[in-house]
Amino acid sequence: MSDAPSNVGWTREDMARRVAQDIPDGSYVNLGIGIPELVARFVPQGRELVYHTENGLLGMGPSPESDDGDPELINAGKRHVTANPGASFFHQSDSFAMIRGGHLDLCVLGALQVAQNGDLANWSTGEPDAIPAVGGAMDLVAGVKAIYVITQHTTKTGEPKLVESCTYPLTGARVVNRVYTDLAVIDVTPEGFRLVELNPGIDLDFVQNRTGAQLLPTPESTLST
Amino acid sequence: MIDKRVESAAEALADIRDGSTVMVGGFGEAGSPIELIHALIDTGATNLTIISNNCGSGEVGLAALLKAGRVSKVICSFPRTANSTVFPELYRSGRTALELVPQGTLAERIRAGGAGIPAFYTPTAVGTPLGDGKECREFDGRSYVLEYGLRANVTLIKGRRADSHGNVVFNKTARNFSPIMAMAGETTIVQVEQVVEPGSIDPEVVVTPGIFVDRIVTVMSPAHESALIAAGATYP
Repeated sequence: MSDAPSNVGWTREDMARRVAQDIPDGSYVNLGIGIPELVARFVPQGRELVYHTENGLLGMGPSPESDDGDPELINAGKRHVTANPGASFFHQSDSFAMIRGGHLDLCVLGALQVAQNGDLANWSTGEPDAIPAVGGAMDLVAGVKAIYVITQHTTKTGEPKLVESCTYPLTGARVVNRVYTDLAVIDVTPEGFRLVELNPGIDLDFVQNRTGAQLLPTPESTLST
Repeated sequence: MIDKRVESAAEALADIRDGSTVMVGGFGEAGSPIELIHALIDTGATNLTIISNNCGSGEVGLAALLKAGRVSKVICSFPRTANSTVFPELYRSGRTALELVPQGTLAERIRAGGAGIPAFYTPTAVGTPLGDGKECREFDGRSYVLEYGLRANVTLIKGRRADSHGNVVFNKTARNFSPIMAMAGETTIVQVEQVVEPGSIDPEVVVTPGIFVDRIVTVMSPAHESALIAAGATYP
């Protein structure tokens, strides 16, 4: 897999834009740390989404223009943010009632590994000297109606991140609905990974070779032209 | 007359004992009651169990308490953050134990503890290492794990403003764990920038009702963790 040209595939921004296209108007959405945060930049015009950050804000806006934001107005990644008109603050128990109680429509998360049955690993590599830290990820995958993952298709060393079964400790079992990578959009179905969309200029073999499990073809021909 | 104000953070914490369980509000630096934590360090109390979402940054606030060797166990969801070097060192050397709890489970354990609920079932962590070995039960075909309520001997939180009865309002996302920790502490101590007369806070906007607060300390200009770290501060 070292033959992969470095300029192949969608950028982080492309991936975020692609996810944003699929979020319906009026959705309540939790965005995870990292690439998922970029999704907020690419919401198509005419749609209004309400962003939830689990530390206690619904109606989260972008980072403030200047660097002198309120240190007590932050997101789950502890970055300064703003509150949009219509926002609300609440305590942790209410915040996770929104999450666990099924009130949020969508959560977009990063991943270390996604298995073909929807298992997600994204909090620990399980290395003995690592400091384990989980935050709200396990609650999010247990309670939010739909879980989208946005991730590079392979690790920096070329190992597949979409696998038959996760080798890292799980965040949740059978929780992922859809995966957006730099190479493709892939649904998790009862039969396994099913291709939804290929990055133009990349063929199925190229993606299959970088995927650790069988990729089922798109049911009808909806491949990008 | 009800007046929960005390003169100083030192006075508020004077009766804390070794071996206490202490809940500390805050998510990162938002809502971290730094002045109360520093007063806790000053008491010399040790062998503490700390319940807090994070483990502090730099060498101020929670991280300073840990660095001073006063904490034998931490119950939290995310012990490492940017600038956190104290906890990783204590954890790797085995001097501070860690009970890692998913953030929402941590919140609900605290809420339950404060609400007189000894335990509850949650779907969070089912099928993961953090659910392993826990009592499991099915409801309507879905699996849940049993989690236990948490209580504390002392709770330390930061609010924006309180009246002398202990009705508290908070600042933005600094609210985070504070209202539920206030419920779960035998003795709840709040630091606020301003204490006002009863009636000055509209009852419709009170976030934490005074019944959950025991002692109020005024800290007019509370420090922010990031500013202290940027200035190279350490404590003591």
